[in-house]
Amino acid sequence: MTGGGTSGSSHPFRALNRAFHGRRRLGVASTLGGPLAWMLVVYIGSLLLLVVSALYRLDPQTQKPSHTFTWANLRAAFDITDPDVRSTVWVLVRTVGVALLVTLLCALIALPVAFFVSKVAWPWIRRGIVVAMLMPLWAGYLVKGYAWRAMVAPSGGKFAASGKGDGGFLDATFGWTPGYGRAAIVVTLVYFWLPYMVLPIYAGLDRMPASLLDAAGDLGARPFRTFRSVIVPLLLPAIAAGSIFTFSLSLGDYIVPQLVNNGKEKFMFGTLINSTLGAPNQPLAAAYTLWPLLIVVLYLLAMKRAGAFENL
Amino acid sequence: MRNTRTVAALAVALAFVAASCGDDSGSTATTAAPETTAAATTTPAPDTTTPAPETTAGAVDYQWTPNADLLAKAEGQVNIVAWAGYAEDGSTDPAYDWVTPFEKLTSCQVNVKTGGTSDEMVQLMQSGEYDGVSASGDATQRLMSGGEVVEIDPAEYSSYADIFDGLKLQPWNSQGGKPYGIPHGRGANLLVYNTEAFSAGAPDSWGAMFEPGGPADGAISVYDSPIYIADAALYLKATKPELGITDPYALDQTQFDAAIALLKQQKAITSQYWGDYTVQQASLENGDVLAGTTWQVIVNLATANGAKIAAVKPKEGATGWSDTWMLSSKAKNPNCMKLWMDWIASPWANSQVAVWFGEAPSNAKSCALDGMAEHCATFHAAEDDYWKDVWYWTTATEACLDGRTDVKCVPYTEWVNAWNTLRS
Repeated sequence: MTGGGTSGSSHPFRALNRAFHGRRRLGVASTLGGPLAWMLVVYIGSLLLLVVSALYRLDPQTQKPSHTFTWANLRAAFDITDPDVRSTVWVLVRTVGVALLVTLLCALIALPVAFFVSKVAWPWIRRGIVVAMLMPLWAGYLVKGYAWRAMVAPSGGKFAASGKGDGGFLDATFGWTPGYGRAAIVVTLVYFWLPYMVLPIYAGLDRMPASLLDAAGDLGARPFRTFRSVIVPLLLPAIAAGSIFTFSLSLGDYIVPQLVNNGKEKFMFGTLINSTLGAPNQPLAAAYTLWPLLIVVLYLLAMKRAGAFENL
Repeated sequence: MRNTRTVAALAVALAFVAASCGDDSGSTATTAAPETTAAATTTPAPDTTTPAPETTAGAVDYQWTPNADLLAKAEGQVNIVAWAGYAEDGSTDPAYDWVTPFEKLTSCQVNVKTGGTSDEMVQLMQSGEYDGVSASGDATQRLMSGGEVVEIDPAEYSSYADIFDGLKLQPWNSQGGKPYGIPHGRGANLLVYNTEAFSAGAPDSWGAMFEPGGPADGAISVYDSPIYIADAALYLKATKPELGITDPYALDQTQFDAAIALLKQQKAITSQYWGDYTVQQASLENGDVLAGTTWQVIVNLATANGAKIAAVKPKEGATGWSDTWMLSSKAKNPNCMKLWMDWIASPWANSQVAVWFGEAPSNAKSCALDGMAEHCATFHAAEDDYWKDVWYWTTATEACLDGRTDVKCVPYTEWVNAWNTLRS
């Protein structure tokens, strides 16, 4: 309601109110201005710098980027007529495969879990389970990574020193472990990114009225038919939203593949970029980075079409 | 319903904050990993003779006094990049600690960043955030050319005069006749093997790691750095003399391609490429690795944990390293760094690190200390002849290091590319 008397005129917020009153554009600009400037300068600007740095030539004597331009790095990353480049691209293909597999597994696990939490569980237990699902996100990345490394550790061979050579949790409990390798990478990544998949699906299921399921049942659909024809089509945008996280996070990951892999191959593209950066060869690493950048942009466009952005 | 969504939204927002903070620490994970796992390994003692540090009750003669000028301007802390085992503070083994005495004598708090390979050290020094580095010969040239490190003035270092002459003013630690650092010590990369697996006969050749069908087939551990290409070249120098390799760091394209082909063949029987020494140590203890290229310190640590292994310098010779402590051009704590360099090259400290790491000390007076005579003899500290078939890590350049002018040699940047392709 209208403010009281003369004492209000010295109030700082009143003055501010008056300045913005009627000037709609000023209000919008000052609200958006800061974040937008940050976004443009820091985020987009640094991406542009990254792309430009791929054109710099690495001085062989000092191994630092010099400011002379060369196409050599882009050629080394994109010229697939060269067999060395083909092996690099093969690593990328493997990585995309892993990212898609992780996304699929996360979706397969997240769907029943989210369905249970949203539709079946009692209300008082619902929030508890949601919090429990999000708990791993509070643990540090390295803590979780090393925990998985310890869990999948295989038992030592017959040449193990006495007292050493016991396997990790999986080997000790089940007598079997995937060991360090590709399977362990996939399993660990699924563990890491599962919460990001569960949440959008849970939110999507929440929005779906239970009456739809009842109606499907009344029309004679068995549970699986209901799932296939009613739930999944409605949930596709939510799944797409969740998949953005699992896909892009898996695509770029470079630490988990080092922790739980077998030490013999650089399985994923992120590890390749990391070791190129450590060579040190920053311009070449920047050139390599353009590949996943391209893939993620394409993936985002595809997910946008699937309606993911309305469900984030 | 709306409540749950609010809870979920808030939780997601918080989780993003937590996850993004987690990922920040993750970005330094690869270099931080050695420190976290090093702390987790058990505390062993090396099985070489240990020089008795205690002469009288509590009093240790370090044979070093800090330079008064530097001490007066000491900054209170120093940030160094070092090889694992070069700056022990007693946390791995309480009997081996040369950081705490230094901190007491100079009040310079020592913060160590462990580097796993020379490439990593070059990258760390390029960031300008460290005061100095213990650089091997394949890092020093890049650091000197890039202006990352500066010339030193020997007058400021009391230990410099006692360094073996054979290590001073060498191509890898000097430019234009001026010293660029203090020699730390030198050692060879050895062949480690599991004595039970090789019970039929101890290996004496790198062939145990390169030829398939041996007892260690499929359980081999290789050093994960492009510099390892020189080891392959060294093996070819002995087994394929028709290639004409005289210096494993001076490889023309034909010789280089042959080395890469040998490494591809080796990849089929390799089970592990190690950059973090604790990884190889754990595998040696586990029995997953039956032969590999190693450092004496890893053998010492694993043996103390019960691994049945032994190490040998094979008949073809070996690659090795001659390390130099260098001062950063962007050092924020130059005085403490100079004090550290002087300290680590002083008789007592140098002898301690030489025994712990398993290398030859650089200070001649170290060999005169109690219990050091045998160590110096084992590691041939004073015998320049022994080092004739040890090829110190050096940066390969286009101008052939063996003096050939009729061909161009493959420069190190190409070594890096070839290694990355091999490893993917």
